[in-house]
Formats: sequence, C-alpha cells, structure tokens
Amino acid sequence: MREEWKDFKKGIWCSEIDVRNFILENYKGYDGDEEFLEKTTKKTEIVWSKCSDLLKEELKKHVLDIDTDHMSGINAYDAGYIDKDNEVIVGLQTDAPLKRIVNPYGGIRMVYQELDAYGYKLNPTVDKYFNEFRKTHNQGVFDAYTEDIKIARHVGLLTGLPDAYGRGRIIGDYRRIALYGIDYLMEQKKKDWDYLVGPMTEELIHLREDVSMQYRALDEIKKMALKYGYDISKPAKDAKEAVQWLYFGYLAAIKENNGAAMSLGRVDAFLDIYFERDLNDGTLDERGVQELIDQFVIKLRIARHLRTPDYDELFSGDPTWVTCSIGGITEKEESMVTKTSFRILHTLTNLDPAPEPNMTVLWSEKLPETFKKYCAKMSIDTDAIQYENDDVMRPIYGDDYAIACCVSAMRVGRDMQFFGARCNLAKALLYSINGGVDEVKNELVIPGFDKMEDEILDYQKVKDVYWSMLERIAIIYSNAMNIIHYMHDKYAYEAGQMALHDTEVNRLMAYGVAGLSVVADSLSAIKYAKVKPIRNKEGIAIDFEIDGEFPKYGNDDDRVDLIAKEVLDKFYKELASHECYRKAHPTLSVLTITSNVVYGSKTGATPDGRKAGVAFAPGANPMHGRDMSGAVASLNSVAKLNYAECCRDGISNTFSIVPSSLGHSKEEQIENLVTLLDGYFVQGAHHLNVNVLNREMLIDAMNHPEKYPLLTIRVSGYAVRFNRLTRKQQEEVISRTFHEKL
Amino acid sequence: MKMGSVDSIESFGLVDGPGIRTVVFLSGCKLRCKYCHNPEMWKKGVANYTAFDLAKRIIRNKPYFRRNQGGVTFSGGEPLLQSEFLIEVCKILKKEGIHIALDTAGVGNGNYRELLSYVDLVLLDIKHITKDGYQEITGLEMDEFLNFMKALNESGKKVWIRQVIIPGMMDNDSYLMGLHDMLKDIKNIEHIEFLPYHTMGKEKYKKLGIVYPYEDLKEMDQKKCQELYQKFMEAYYEK
Repeated sequence: MREEWKDFKKGIWCSEIDVRNFILENYKGYDGDEEFLEKTTKKTEIVWSKCSDLLKEELKKHVLDIDTDHMSGINAYDAGYIDKDNEVIVGLQTDAPLKRIVNPYGGIRMVYQELDAYGYKLNPTVDKYFNEFRKTHNQGVFDAYTEDIKIARHVGLLTGLPDAYGRGRIIGDYRRIALYGIDYLMEQKKKDWDYLVGPMTEELIHLREDVSMQYRALDEIKKMALKYGYDISKPAKDAKEAVQWLYFGYLAAIKENNGAAMSLGRVDAFLDIYFERDLNDGTLDERGVQELIDQFVIKLRIARHLRTPDYDELFSGDPTWVTCSIGGITEKEESMVTKTSFRILHTLTNLDPAPEPNMTVLWSEKLPETFKKYCAKMSIDTDAIQYENDDVMRPIYGDDYAIACCVSAMRVGRDMQFFGARCNLAKALLYSINGGVDEVKNELVIPGFDKMEDEILDYQKVKDVYWSMLERIAIIYSNAMNIIHYMHDKYAYEAGQMALHDTEVNRLMAYGVAGLSVVADSLSAIKYAKVKPIRNKEGIAIDFEIDGEFPKYGNDDDRVDLIAKEVLDKFYKELASHECYRKAHPTLSVLTITSNVVYGSKTGATPDGRKAGVAFAPGANPMHGRDMSGAVASLNSVAKLNYAECCRDGISNTFSIVPSSLGHSKEEQIENLVTLLDGYFVQGAHHLNVNVLNREMLIDAMNHPEKYPLLTIRVSGYAVRFNRLTRKQQEEVISRTFHEKL
Repeated sequence: MKMGSVDSIESFGLVDGPGIRTVVFLSGCKLRCKYCHNPEMWKKGVANYTAFDLAKRIIRNKPYFRRNQGGVTFSGGEPLLQSEFLIEVCKILKKEGIHIALDTAGVGNGNYRELLSYVDLVLLDIKHITKDGYQEITGLEMDEFLNFMKALNESGKKVWIRQVIIPGMMDNDSYLMGLHDMLKDIKNIEHIEFLPYHTMGKEKYKKLGIVYPYEDLKEMDQKKCQELYQKFMEAYYEK
C-alpha cells in the first residue's frame, strides 16, 4: 500500500482506478443530527468578506473584469488569490477573483458579442489567430448544418443548442486526482493508449487522439497546480490535500471549458473518509474540517464564465451549475449520508444562502430521519436545495452517479453526456395545425403538411398529424445533435475533464423538451371541449376560442396526465430510433431552466387558452394557476411521467409553497415537508425544487431589490438570486402557483 | 352504487387533522352561520362522485399519509348530510387502512352511529354554548347538535374541538366558562383549537350575490385569541 493510503481499507481500488470501491470500503455513515456542526473560522470570515465586497461590485457592473490577453486553457493563467494568507484552499480561474476567461474555441463571434457587451476588446494577436488560423466549433457546425436544421433553429423550434458555446454537462471524476495523484492517472492513460491498436478505423483513430490529448491535459493540470506551490503528482496524504487536489481537478475543468453547466459531482462520502482519518489522528478538529469545506465552497461560488446578454436572457442570474450531489444510499441500501453531507449544506448557514454550488440532495426513503429533517429545515430557511430521487436513479446508474446541471444523472467517471438543449413541443403542435408554417415568423419550417381548415379541431386528427410532425422533427433534431457533438469533439474537446473518465466511456445523447404542460392542456382542450381556431388571412391559427370545460394537467386527472405521458413516450421513441454519434445512448429531459419565459415569448397562442407570448410553465410543471386541487394532486400529475423508460435525463418540477401553509410551527413545517417529499418520491417521481416563501415577499423584492440582496429561490433546475433575474422572469416566478390554504 | 355531491377536493390539507390530509368538501348544509366562509357549499350540488371513484381518489394519496397519521378529512358543507354515501366510501377506505376524520358541526339527518363506527377522529365545530346564541349564529335550533353529541359520546371516538372566536361574542370570561362546562360533557377530547374569526369569506359572498351578515365586524386579533386560548387551557387542565 502507498504511504498516502495508510489506515484505508484495501480493495480493488488499490490496483485499478475505482473510486466507488474506495468509498464503499471506507466510508462511515452518519445518522445523528446537526448538533456537531461548527461556525466559520476567522480565516474564512476574512476571505468571505473580501469576496462579498467583490460580489457586490460585480453585481453593479455585471462583469467585474475580463482577461482579454489569454485564451482559455488549463495552464494558461498565473496563480491568483483572494487573500493568500487566509486562503486554506487556493486556486482561481485567472490571476484575480471574478476575472473572467475568454474561450474562443466554441465560437469567436460569441466572444465578440460578449466583449462588446461589457466594453472590452480582444488582444489583437488572439483575434488574428482565431480568425486566420484556427477554426472554431461554431464554424465547424455551420459547415455541416443542413437547411432544415438552420430554419428549425432560427424559428425557435430547436433552441439553446450548444452550437456556439460549450456543451458542458460533463463531470470529471475530480476525486481521482486526490486518491491516485496525477502520475498514476497518466500511467493508466498511457497503458490504455498502448492497447488501442488494430485496424485503424475512424473510431479507433478518434479514440487514440482523444487519449493522447487527455494524457497531455493531465500533465497541464499538474503544472497548473505547481504554480500554486503544490505537487499533485502523488496522492493526497491528508484531508487538506484531498480537498485541494480535488479542487485543482475541478479548477482545470473551468479554466479549460465554459460549458453551460460545469458540475462538481459527488464528493461528500469521499472527502468524509479523509476527514475521519485526520480527526482520528488528531491532526484536524471539527472547526478545521468545516473551514476546509467553507473555503472550498467559497471557491465554487466564485467560478464564472463569460456569457452574451442573449444567453443571460435565457439562463438568468449567471448560473454555473456547480451541481453538488449529496447523500443517497448504496446498492445494498445503506445510507451514504456522512457528516460531510451536513457540512456541505451547512455552508448555506455559515456563509449565506446562495445559488452555487447547486445543492442537490439524492433523496431516498431510506435516508436517516435526522438528515431528512435537516434538509427540510435548510430548504425552509434558504430555498437553495433541490431533491432528486435516488430510488429511481440508483437502479439505472448505481450508487456512484452524480447530477450534472439540474437533473442529468451519470456515473461519475464512467458516463459522459452530449448535451442537447430542447425542442419546443408547443410550437410543434401549432405546426401540426398550421401546415408546418411558423405562427410567428410565417415561414415554412416543416414541409409536406396541409393547413387544417376545420372550424372545430378534431382530437384524433390533430393527434395523428402531431405524431407525424414529431417524427419529422425528431429526424432534424437527431441530425443537429450528431453534427454538433462531432464538431465539439473536434474543435473544443474537453481533454482535462475526459482525462478523468474511463477511456471506454459510455456516452449519453441528451435530448430535451419544453412546453409539455401547454401541449397536454391543449390536446385535452381539443378532446374534451370545443376548440375553434381564429385564423389570419394566410390561414394560420393565431388564436383559439374554447367552449366548455376540460381537464388540466396538474390536478391528478388521468384524462389529461396520460396525454402528457403519451406525448413524451412518442417523442422519445422517435428520437431513440435514430443512430447517435459515437454510439451514444439517447435520453430525454423535461427541463427548461429559466428559458420557459423566452420559449413562451417566441410561441403563438395555443389551444389551451394560453395567449401568444405568455411564458410556458417551467420544466414539467403544470401551467401557472391551473393546478387547483392542492399541492399533492399537482405533484401526483408530474409523478406519472416515466423516468426509467422515457425521461432518463430528468423530469424537473419546481414547487412553491407558502410557509404558513406548510404548518404552524417550524417543527410542523419540517415534518410536513419531509412527508411531502417522501410521498412524492415513493411513487417514482424524479425531481423537486422546493421554495418555501410568500408571493408578497417576492413582489416586494421585485420592487425593492435592495431590501433582499440575498434572497435565493429555486427556479427550474437551479437556484438563483432573485435580484439577478430579468423583470420578465421575476414576473413569471410570481405568477406561478403558490400552494396555500386559507 | 351510491352517489355523492363533492364540491371540491384539497389534496394538501394540513390544518384539518393530523399529518397531510386529503380534504373532501361535501356540498350541502342546513346551517347558515353568519360567518360561514364556504357559503358556496350551502346548497347540495349535483351528485358527481360514486363512492368507488371518491375512494379511489383518496387512496391515490396514500403515500403522503404514512407519517403522522395523515389521511382523509370529510368536510364541507356538512358531511353528515351524506352519511349513507360516506359509509360506502369509508368501507373501502378502511380496507386500505386509511385514517378517517370527520369535520362536522353535528347537524345531519340523525342516525349517526354507523358512520361514526368507521371514523377515527371527529373535528367538532362548536357554534355557541347557549341555545339563543346558537340560533342567532346558525339560524337553527340546537337540538340536532345535541343529538349528535350524544351519538358521538357513545361512539367513543377521539374528538378535536374547534371554536371560532368572534370578537364581542366569545372573547369574554363568561362565555369561556360556559364552554368549559359544555366540554366537560364531551368524552375523549384530545385537542382544542380556537380559530380567530377572519373576513376572508367576504369575497365569496360578493360573488354569490349574498349579503354578508357581519359586514361591520372586525377580525379577531390573532394574538389576543392566542392569549385567550392559553388562559382557557390552563383552567381546562386544572379541572
């Protein structure tokens, strides 16, 4: 055994890369309460207070500073500090806190827009390099895009595709650096590379090139750490090094890439093993442990990426999705909650409630009661936690998966994902009625369909045409995804992150949809009421008159809930019938993040009575105010959507409840929230964002943002500071259903 | 199969009994309480649920009932007016082991024994302790309520008492002493609640085009109500 591994229990992990095995052999579950937790140390307070000042300044300027002289890269920047003497964990993306990176690999035009927006100019050398010598991902994509993809993108049928920015949603197994040290990981990659021989097919050549790039990236990570005075070639020998090594891995990822979501993975039980060892040795005390966690979390909170104003409008509040998966149970159904699960959530108290890291509790009925209650308490206090159902994910992904972005599960270091944004299902429904012509731009998007001329829409007819429409759209969507990820691999490959994956990685092709509740209610209206289209002179339905009542999604009514389910099943089946780039496995998510507002604004009136331009409900949520039968019925409707067989990339549901409706006393509120979560998840539901707040407070915060600088709320799959949402998004959040009882 | 008139179902009730409850509002009530906040449920609506369908909807929420004795609460309106229907529903629910609460003012059509045999908890609404006061508030005589109280005592079921506190009417010592005496006659009281009178029902009256009888009456101060409650409970436990 290596010296750094003293006192650890041996296992397969000693002879091959297997972090899961290390965790299972060594972690100690904790089923006590939160009484042991400690406050911040002086050092942490100093560092955090400096950061808080910078964050305030950033909020005013939107972007604090940009490094225009360097291009993104693992080892492209000098060491930077917040307050060197008081930083226990070190490492910044650039040489100064909150100074953003320019990443031109995704697309140089995007960089111009970003810099323009904040009054910066690119260093002329970089500019010349990327214009004359180096092709970008974005150029590659448009060299291959077909006309039908371009138009589907232009009208907003397919939106948010990662064809001009980093795809993200890849989680490197950053723990590997702490456990094995860089040198061993490099040796293993070299070995893999030596085995990759045989007839040089395109596939094999591609993989050999990847592994070579990964090998070099590992070396870069080592050099980057050296700039901070740390030699990470060997395994971490104590807890402080373990946190630091792990963080260097993550830091390398966010220096190299500006992916939409750059998630952290699952580190609680892993780090807890190191903490326990040092606590037992007496070399660390609880205050020291919390200091490491607090300072690590500070670093995660100040990760930044440069975005265009357009992007900010889609995904508001500067999210980075440093998603941190916490808790869960093992395949043998033993709790994986450790003291460190508590410590990470405790940063919301020690520092303040904040959106990042994106706290994600992997909920199982079998989690310890004390932990369930602590989570519920923290949700009520901070609105910063999301919950995802370990009991539906574990059978598919095992017990060492983590969430990327909002709801995307993947086995850490074993799976990666090709992120695919989403298709606007509500628009697709309108195309079925309007002969494939876009109702806003009046352009033909999907040829070969007739405009419906019926005075009253016929359910069976609309459904049949919609099904054919979804088939056609699935082809376009699948083609777009294959092109995008081919080019992303080619021009903006995440070598540093992929170096922390198995060489034979399993790939997931992550499709997505938006507007589900609008479609379900529209089809329900057509089926159960009389829906009369109001057409313009071109024969395009621009509005709908509804005569009669119809069941609405969100009231636990199978008549409409099963329509929602059927639409998803159909679209997934179609998408899955097409071959994916690099033999990826297709998955589907029902998730919009905050983009439901923009999708809504680009979509005409729909047959459910929603007017043109009105925001969609986020993710898989029922439409605002239509879930009238109380919280449980609303949750039950969403719980009917099928995770395991259809939406393996996640089903996002955001839930807001007024504190007094959750119970009179704090104890009652905690108890009821735990009951609600257990009841929801036991039926196989996947995800829940929990907000416990009053609508009046949000209205006040919208009008007087200065009074609520820290107000954090959960939107679709992430938490955000309320004052960083656009006015339109704030209004949409306020218009959502707040479950309350008089 | 019997049909019932259900006004609405609240799937996430937290104030009408223990735990998380599915609250079924049954329409129809003989009383015309001046402060009633559900006047839309006075009239019995069309029969819209079979016992089977209603039971199915309730059973659907079983995952939320597991902790803290959650379950169903039949409220209204006055659930006792549809006791035959509810007996059928309860028979199905009991097979599923669901906790059943009845939120009632005790004014039905007599014959309460069988329904009470299925019920686990009765939330009993005390309108007023005197015959005159009762008639003034509800428009009916107190006899039927007393009948129900008798049946309730015979049933041996647990009881939660609910008393709306109207300022100027119940917030005085003599009323509370009278209440104290009345509660002595009710067995198995597990819990007592004072609900401060509020005016949130007003809007509904406007919509329904009914004159709101307590137009000029102010809401009961919540803090004062809480103080009264504490005082009352201290005396209640001293007995």
